[in-house]
Amino acid sequence: MNDDFDLIIEPGGGIRRYWRDLWKYRELFFFLAWRDILVRYKQTVIGIAWSVIRPLLTMIVFSIVFGALAGLPSNGVPYPIMVYAAMLPWQFFANSLSESSNSLIDNANLLTKVYFPRLIVPAGSVIVSLVDFFISLVILFGVMAWYRYLPDVRMLLLPFFLVLAFLASFGAGLWLSALNVKYRDFRYVVPFLVQFGLYISPVGFSSAIVPEKWRMLYFLNPMVGVIDGFRWAILGDAFPVYWPGLALSACFTLLMFIGGLLYFRNMERSFADVI
Amino acid sequence: MSSVIRVENLGKKYTLRHQQREQYTAMRDVIADGFKSFARRLIHPFQFPTESGPSSEDFWALKDVTFDVKQGDRIGIIGRNGAGKSTLLKILSRITEPTTGRVRIKGRVASLLEVGTGFHPELTGRENIFLNGAILGMGRAEIRKKFDEIVDFAEIEKFLDTPVKRYSSGMYVRLAFAVAAHLEPEILIVDEVLAVGDAQFQKKCLGKMEDVSAKEGRTVLFVSHNMGAIRTLCNFSILISDGRLHISGSTEQIINAYYNNPGIGLKSDRIISERPQSAVAGKSFYIARAVISRLDCQEYKEIRFGDSISIRVDLSGCPTTRYSLEFYIYNEQGILVFVGASGPHHGQYFNPDIHSVNIEIGPLTLTSGMYSIKLSAAEGLSRVDTWDNAQEFTIIECLPFETSWNIPANREGICVVNNTFRPQSSEA
Repeated sequence: MNDDFDLIIEPGGGIRRYWRDLWKYRELFFFLAWRDILVRYKQTVIGIAWSVIRPLLTMIVFSIVFGALAGLPSNGVPYPIMVYAAMLPWQFFANSLSESSNSLIDNANLLTKVYFPRLIVPAGSVIVSLVDFFISLVILFGVMAWYRYLPDVRMLLLPFFLVLAFLASFGAGLWLSALNVKYRDFRYVVPFLVQFGLYISPVGFSSAIVPEKWRMLYFLNPMVGVIDGFRWAILGDAFPVYWPGLALSACFTLLMFIGGLLYFRNMERSFADVI
Repeated sequence: MSSVIRVENLGKKYTLRHQQREQYTAMRDVIADGFKSFARRLIHPFQFPTESGPSSEDFWALKDVTFDVKQGDRIGIIGRNGAGKSTLLKILSRITEPTTGRVRIKGRVASLLEVGTGFHPELTGRENIFLNGAILGMGRAEIRKKFDEIVDFAEIEKFLDTPVKRYSSGMYVRLAFAVAAHLEPEILIVDEVLAVGDAQFQKKCLGKMEDVSAKEGRTVLFVSHNMGAIRTLCNFSILISDGRLHISGSTEQIINAYYNNPGIGLKSDRIISERPQSAVAGKSFYIARAVISRLDCQEYKEIRFGDSISIRVDLSGCPTTRYSLEFYIYNEQGILVFVGASGPHHGQYFNPDIHSVNIEIGPLTLTSGMYSIKLSAAEGLSRVDTWDNAQEFTIIECLPFETSWNIPANREGICVVNNTFRPQSSEA
């Protein structure tokens, strides 16, 4: 008799349905991402140019501070390219983190009035940051052309590191967005985390300057593996990858992602009641 | 016909926390509480942690609700504020999970708990139609197919490419409702959404919903305080009070029960309305209680056109000087209908030792509907206390003239003034 009914609402039920629903609501997912992209630069004078100017300016500042003033090594690669290759994944990570951590609260009115798998809200924020990432990637090619710097076949491995960056961003985003619903403290933690992270991740410098004995510990920061991978893929052997470290980073990222997913699923049920 | 919704023993429990001001938990409190109980255990290691007074309390917003909905039924859900209607709808639309029980549903459900959910002020009307449609569960192709119809229904062709933040509130509501009205689910769940918008448009929406359900056999669940709307739209109704399903049956029967059983229907227990302590913290002089009754019968009975009411206002604390009182009557749309003020209108100021004032109002010449009363007190010229929504009353019937035409609120104005139509002979 139960077979007659399409939908059964029970306490704690619906785990199997969830993944099917996620697929069913894919259009809403695209619409929410599309909305965020559209809204982003409305009523700004230079509009989409902001997503070009921001990474360019940061690159210039970092090149001057770390390259010219502090005189850190760049292994024969133009310093701006070295910085930019690292900033690409870092900006993606930082943007995803700040956007997704607030995403559920920003969409509180949706959460309390409509049903959909809540996972698509933070996922949408990460996708929006991914669009920015691709814009920045085009700029990177521009900067490389400017310096007449030619990448080799390793460039084809870039998507692999992008997936790693995506998992790290989405994993952390899931944790923070779910925690933020319950404990609004995270609204203040995230900007701090992003600012702090910029300096402990090898964005402005190369991870090679970290002493050997601390190397493994350093790679516990998931973004270290991602950034090193990006540098290696874009700049080649001038920045060799410390493979054990990268493996550790990747494992840790995966763990964080799965943990985030489970935690989010667990918290999701009470979102509408506590937000 | 077969059941499309079967609700069995549905219950939803909320845990209420007392003495907690913040709406959300801050981690600081969680950590602090953790330390506190840890410290207590250090000091008294053999004492079981006992609660010093109840700091939390279980509250069943919904309990043991069981009912069946057949295909094509239009069910009105009636009950006073806080009875659990909205919780029921939220569970049916899967926004929140039930604590106990089970609901089985057959067919595609769309719920409309708010008009214009997810509208973004920066986006244009066109963009918002697509966004809102997607949020309500329509596919892109479906929205495109109905796009012209939606625009037509909302009457906003000219402003299609204007950001909705520049819309008038009427246009905004029209657009939002137009999208919702074109949903084509098998089951439509609608919360009090018709309370907004002008009367003309409300009528149009009701018509559209009626069309949809009557002609196409769609099932509708409809919550409203507007008995007129429920009467027009629904063939069956259920009455919920204190989280339980009180009775179900034909709409006419249920509406009668709602009006004639003060215990379950109208807020008879709110004949006396007490001011929550949290609202008056730190005030030295405030309105503490408001008691409403029909002037001719000491207790709350249904109020009809032409009746008078009496509101006893009890005050607490001591005013520094002589004070005056005011009342404001608002209708369901939040429109101020009329005001009474002891000071400016009557030149009446009360001595500080007077702590209770009876306000007699009437005869009321209002159309049928719900009204809310705001009270405020002023010392001299400065208003020291205002209590929004202190009391409510419902004019259940408005039959001012000989015929039995019940004049409905909104659609035929907010009040009735005596009038006579005199035919003139055509000789002159």
